[in-house]
Amino acid sequence: MNKKQSKFGPVLKFLPKALPWFVITVLSSAMITVLDSITPQLVRMTVDSIIGDSKPDVPKIVMWVVEKLGGIEKIKENMYLIAITVVAFAFGSALMRYISRASGAKGSEIYTETMRNSLFSHIQKLPYKWHVANQTGDIIQRCTSDVNTVKTFISGQLPDVFRLVFLIGFSSYMMFTMNWKIALLAISFVPFVFLYSMLFNKKIHKEFGKADEAEGELSTIAQENITGVRIVRAFGREAYEKDKFEKQNNIYTESWVVLGKTMGWFWGISDFVSGFQMLSVIVFGIFCAASGDLTEGEFIAFVSYNGMLTWPVRQLGRLVSQLSRASVSAERIAYILNEEEEKDMPHEVDMPDGDIVFDNVTFSYSPELQPVLKNISFTIKKGEMFAILGGTGSGKSTLVLLLHRLYDLDENCGTITIGGVDIRNIKRSSLRSKIGMILQEPFLFSKTIGENIAITEKSADNSEEINEKIRYAASLASISDEIEAFADKYDTVVGERGVTLSGGQKQRVAIARQFVRENEYIVLDDSLSAVDTETDSKIRSAIVRESKNSTVIIISHRVTTLSQANKILVLENGRVSEYGTPAELLNNGKTYSKIYELQTCVPDSEINLKGSECNE
Amino acid sequence: MSKNDEKNTENIKLPFFGIPKIFPYVKQYRKQMLFMLIACFGTSLVDLVLPLFQKYAIQNFIQEESAKGVWIFAAAYLALILLQIICFMYWARVAWVCEMRIGRDLKRASFNHLQTLSFSYFNTNAVGYVHARVMSDTAMIAQILTWGLVDVVSWTLVYLIGACVVMLFLNVRLALIVIAVVPIVVLVSFLLNRRLMDANRKVREVNSVMTGKFNEGIVGAKTTKTLVIGDKTYNDFSAETKEMKRASIKAARFSALFISVSTFLCSFAVALVMWKGGNLTAESLMEVATLSAFVTYALNMVDPITELARTVSDLVGVKVNIERFTKLMNTEPDVKDTDEVIEKYGDSFEPKKENWEEIKGDIELCDVSFKYPDGNEYVLEHFNLKIPAGTNVAIVGETGAGKSTLVNLVCRFFEPTSGKILIDGRDYKERSQLWLHSNIGYVLQTPHLFSGTVRDNLKYSRLDATDEELYEALEAVSAREVVDRLDGRLDFNVGEGGDLLSVGEKQLISFARAILADPKIFILDEATSSIDTLTESLIQSAIEKLLSGRTSFMIAHRLSTIRKADIILVVRSGKIVESGTHEELFAKKGYYYSLYTRQYQDEASVEILGGNNK
Repeated sequence: MNKKQSKFGPVLKFLPKALPWFVITVLSSAMITVLDSITPQLVRMTVDSIIGDSKPDVPKIVMWVVEKLGGIEKIKENMYLIAITVVAFAFGSALMRYISRASGAKGSEIYTETMRNSLFSHIQKLPYKWHVANQTGDIIQRCTSDVNTVKTFISGQLPDVFRLVFLIGFSSYMMFTMNWKIALLAISFVPFVFLYSMLFNKKIHKEFGKADEAEGELSTIAQENITGVRIVRAFGREAYEKDKFEKQNNIYTESWVVLGKTMGWFWGISDFVSGFQMLSVIVFGIFCAASGDLTEGEFIAFVSYNGMLTWPVRQLGRLVSQLSRASVSAERIAYILNEEEEKDMPHEVDMPDGDIVFDNVTFSYSPELQPVLKNISFTIKKGEMFAILGGTGSGKSTLVLLLHRLYDLDENCGTITIGGVDIRNIKRSSLRSKIGMILQEPFLFSKTIGENIAITEKSADNSEEINEKIRYAASLASISDEIEAFADKYDTVVGERGVTLSGGQKQRVAIARQFVRENEYIVLDDSLSAVDTETDSKIRSAIVRESKNSTVIIISHRVTTLSQANKILVLENGRVSEYGTPAELLNNGKTYSKIYELQTCVPDSEINLKGSECNE
Repeated sequence: MSKNDEKNTENIKLPFFGIPKIFPYVKQYRKQMLFMLIACFGTSLVDLVLPLFQKYAIQNFIQEESAKGVWIFAAAYLALILLQIICFMYWARVAWVCEMRIGRDLKRASFNHLQTLSFSYFNTNAVGYVHARVMSDTAMIAQILTWGLVDVVSWTLVYLIGACVVMLFLNVRLALIVIAVVPIVVLVSFLLNRRLMDANRKVREVNSVMTGKFNEGIVGAKTTKTLVIGDKTYNDFSAETKEMKRASIKAARFSALFISVSTFLCSFAVALVMWKGGNLTAESLMEVATLSAFVTYALNMVDPITELARTVSDLVGVKVNIERFTKLMNTEPDVKDTDEVIEKYGDSFEPKKENWEEIKGDIELCDVSFKYPDGNEYVLEHFNLKIPAGTNVAIVGETGAGKSTLVNLVCRFFEPTSGKILIDGRDYKERSQLWLHSNIGYVLQTPHLFSGTVRDNLKYSRLDATDEELYEALEAVSAREVVDRLDGRLDFNVGEGGDLLSVGEKQLISFARAILADPKIFILDEATSSIDTLTESLIQSAIEKLLSGRTSFMIAHRLSTIRKADIILVVRSGKIVESGTHEELFAKKGYYYSLYTRQYQDEASVEILGGNNK
C-alpha cells in the first residue's frame, strides 16, 4: 500500500455508467421546480389580470397564448381554461417527479450494483494473506453498511444538493424580478439558517453516535442473553440479567430522550426563524403595497416563493454535514478496492506435468516471526502416493498452502518446482485447477448438496449427465447413503438455512467435490480426520482406483493411511526429521515407528496415554 | 428468517391491528399523551389560521394600500407563531419521550418474559429471530403507535377536518368540491403505499440473502481459491445483486408513483377551486381574498393526505409486529414451578433464600422416559439410575449422539415426559428451578462469556466474590497466568462474547467461573476440548480435586477424563446403550470398546507428535 491512491477514486470510478440517469434526475427535478412555481404565477395572473383589472405583467409568450385563446375577457368567461392549465402543469410536474425519482433510483442501483459486484470480485481475487489479516465482520460491514451510506449519499443527497441549489436560486430569482427590496429581505435570512442548521447537524451527529452506541450495547446484552441462555439458567442468574438489561435499557432510552429534546429545540428554533422570516416578508410587503410598489397578485406569489425558500436552505445545511459521513464510508470502501489483486502475469505459464520438488525451502509468515519451515527439501514423484506426518505447528499445512501459491516464497528462500518449472512462474489459476486440495475443515456453500459437489462444473444446468456424475462422486466418497436418507436427497440445502452436516459428512462432501473434478494432483490435508478408519480406507482406495495416474499427497497420522504411501515425510518443528519409504522408517525407532506400533496393537484395559506398555 | 416469521405469526389473529394488546403498556402515559394531543391540536389550529392572516393582510392592507394597524397585525401574527412553536416543541418532545419509554417498557416486558422461558423455546427459535422480537418489534410498535397517533390527530383530524370546516364557512359549494377530492386521494395513495411496503419487504429479503452471499464469499475465500471457482461464485453473487437492483428499482418506482399520483390528484382540488372560484369571483359572489385562502388550503392538502395514507398503511403494517410480540408474551414455559413452590421458595426474580434447604447431591432417576418436545421418538425409556452424592458420571458417545440429554434432564432444563427425578430423595419439581440451578456449576464446550471485564464474567457465578477469591479460582484451573498476561488483568475487557480471548482462554475462565460458585453438582460439557494438551494436563489434577466430593457429570471425548469415572454411560443415536465402569465396559468388548480403541489411537498419536514439538 505504498502508493498513495486518491481517497475516493475507486468509489467514484463506478459513477460514469450511472451518470446519464443522474443527469436526467437533476434535469427533471429542475423541471419540477419550474412547473411547480408556475401554479402560484397562475394564481397571481388570474387574481390580478383576469379577475382584477391590472395590466398583465407576464412574459410575452404567455400573452401570446392568452391572445390565441381569445384574450383575457374570453378566459374570464371560460375559467375552466385556467383549471385545465393547472391540471396540465400538475400532470407535467407529476410526470417529471416520477421520472426524476425513478431515474435517480435506476442510476443509484446501477451504481451500487457495479460497486457491490466489483467489491465481491475484488475480494475474491485478493491474496489469501489479506483475508487472514482482515476480519470478516469488518469486511462485511464495509461491503454492506458503508456501501449503503455511499449509495444514499450519491442517489439521494447528491441530486438533492443540485435540486436545492436550483430551488433556492430559482425562487430568489423570481422574487428579485418582482421586487428586489423584499427579495433582499427574504434572502438575508438564508446564510443564518444555513449555518445554524449545518452547525447543529454536526453537533447532533455526535450525539446520534452516542445513542447508537447505547443501542448497540443494549442489543449485545439481549444477544448474549439469548446465546448464553444455558449459562444464565445454569447459574440461576435471571434476576441479574433482568437488572443488567433494565439498566442499559434506561441508559439507551434516556440518551434518545435527550437527543429528542435537543432535536425539539432545533426544530423549534428553525421553525421560529422561518415563521419570523415569513412575517417580515408579509409586513414589509404590506408597507410596499401601501406605498404602491407591490400589487396584490405579486404579494400572493411572493408569499408562495418565500415558502419555497426556507425549507431547502435547512435541508442544505443537513446535507453538508452528511457529506462528512459519506466520505468516511467512501474511504473505508476504497481501503478494500485499493489493495492489489492476485493476477496471472504475462510471463507465467500453464501448469506443466512432472515431479514436485521442494528445494531448500524456508518460509515465515512475516519477517518478524520465526520461520515455520526451515531448509525443507524433498521430491514427490509423479503418480506416487506421498504421506506427510507431523504435529500441530510442525509446518505441514504451510507446505500445502505454498504448493497452492496461497503464499509465495520470498527470493533466496529456496524453490518449489513442478516438472522443473518454478511455481512462481506458473499461473495460479492453472496450478490450482490441476492440484485438487481437500481441507481438513472444508467450507460448504449454502446451496444444495448436489450443487456443492458439482461446484467446479462450469455449466449450472441440472442435466442428467451432471446428476449422474454427482451421484457417482458421492458414492465414491461413501456419503451417498447418508444423502439419500435426507428428505430432499441431493437437493437438501446445507448451512445456516438448511441442515447442519457433521464434520465427517462435510469432509466426505468435500472429497466428492474433488471426484467430480478429476485432478492430476490431489492433496488431502488431514481431510478424513473426522471419518472412521474403515470408511477412510474405503475412500482412499477409491481415490487410487479412480485417479490412477494422479499424484496423491496425504497429510494424516493414521498408520493405515501412512503405510500405503510410497514415501513418508515426517516434519518436526519445521524441519524434516524422517524421509523415506514406510518400510525404511518402520525400524528406526523414531516417530513413525512409535505411532505404527501404537496403532497396530490392540490395547488392553490398563493402557495409559503414553502407550508404552502396549509395545511390550 | 422470513420463513420463520410466517410460520410463527399465522396462528394469531388480532382485531384493530392488535393495538388493544398494547394498551396496558400505553396506559401509564395516557396523561402525557392527552396533553400531547392537545398541543398537537394547537399546532394544527395555527396552521389553519395562518392563511386567514394572509387573507386579512390582503384585504385590509394590500387592497386598501394602507399600512395602518400593521404592527398590531404583526404582533398577533408573531404571537401565533410563538404559540405554535411552543405547542410543537411540547408535543414533539412528549411524543419522542413516549415513543422511547413505551419502547423501553415493551423491551423490558419481552426480555423479562424471555428469562422465564424454557430451553425448548430457544432450541426451536433462531437467536436472530428471538433477538428481533425483543429489539426491533418493540421499537417498531412504539414508534408507529406514538407518531401514528400524532399524525392522525394533527394531520387528519385537525388539519383536514379543520380545513374543511373553515372552507365550508367561507363558501359551501366550493368547499364541497374540495372535500370530494380528499377520500379519492387517500384511497389511491393508501393502495399504492401498500404495494410500496410489499416491495420494500422484498428488498429487505433480497438484501439479507445478498449479505449472506457476501459473508460466504469472504469466509469461503480459501475454498474458492483452491477450487478455482471464483467465476462461478461471482456469477452467483452478481445474480443476487441484479435481483437486488431489480427489487430496489421496483420499490423506488412505487414510491415515486405514490408521491406523484397523490400530488397530481390533489392538483384537481386546486384546479376546481380556480375554475369555480374564479367564476364566483368574476361574478362578484366571492371576494378575491377568499379565493386566495381557498387556493392555499387546496395547495396545502397534499402533505396531510399523503401523510394520512402513509400512517394508515403503517398501522396495517405494525399489526405483524404486535402479533409477534403477543406471541412471545403468550408463550408459556415448558418447565414451570408450581404456585406452591413459588409460594415457598420464590421465583427466579425474587427468591426466598431463607426457605432453601441445603443440597447434598444425591440424584435418582426413577422410571424416566423422555422425548424432546419437538421430537417424536423417545430417547430415554423407563430409565433408572441412582447417583449417590459425590459420584462422577461420564457420558461418552460420538458427536451428535445425544450426550446432553441426561444433563438437560438433571438440570431441569427439560423435565421427564414420565417418571421422576429425585434430588436428595425428593422430586425436584417440589423445589424451585432457581434452587437447583444455584447449586449447579456448568462448563460448556463452547464457552460463553459476556461482554465486560474478566471480573464481571467470573463473578457471574457468585456476585459477592472478592478479588482474592477470584484469583484462587483462577489458580485452581491454572488460569492465573493467562489473566496476569492480559492488559488490566481482571479489568481486561473481553469484548463481545469474549471474542478478544482465544477459545482456550475463554474456556479456562468459564472453568474458574464454575468453580467459584462452589456447586454441589458439577457439569462439564466437553469442557476441555478446546484447551491445548499442555494446559489440559495442568488442569486435569485440578479437575479431579474439584470433582471429589461433588456429584458430577462429564460429557467428554478425551480418554483421560473418562477412565476414572465411577460410572460411564455410553450413548449411541440418542439412547444409552451401555453403562458401567471403564473396566466392565472394556471387558465387554462392545460399542464402548471400539469407541475407546479408536479414540485412544488417534489421541495417542497426536500425543507423540505433539511431544516432538516441545
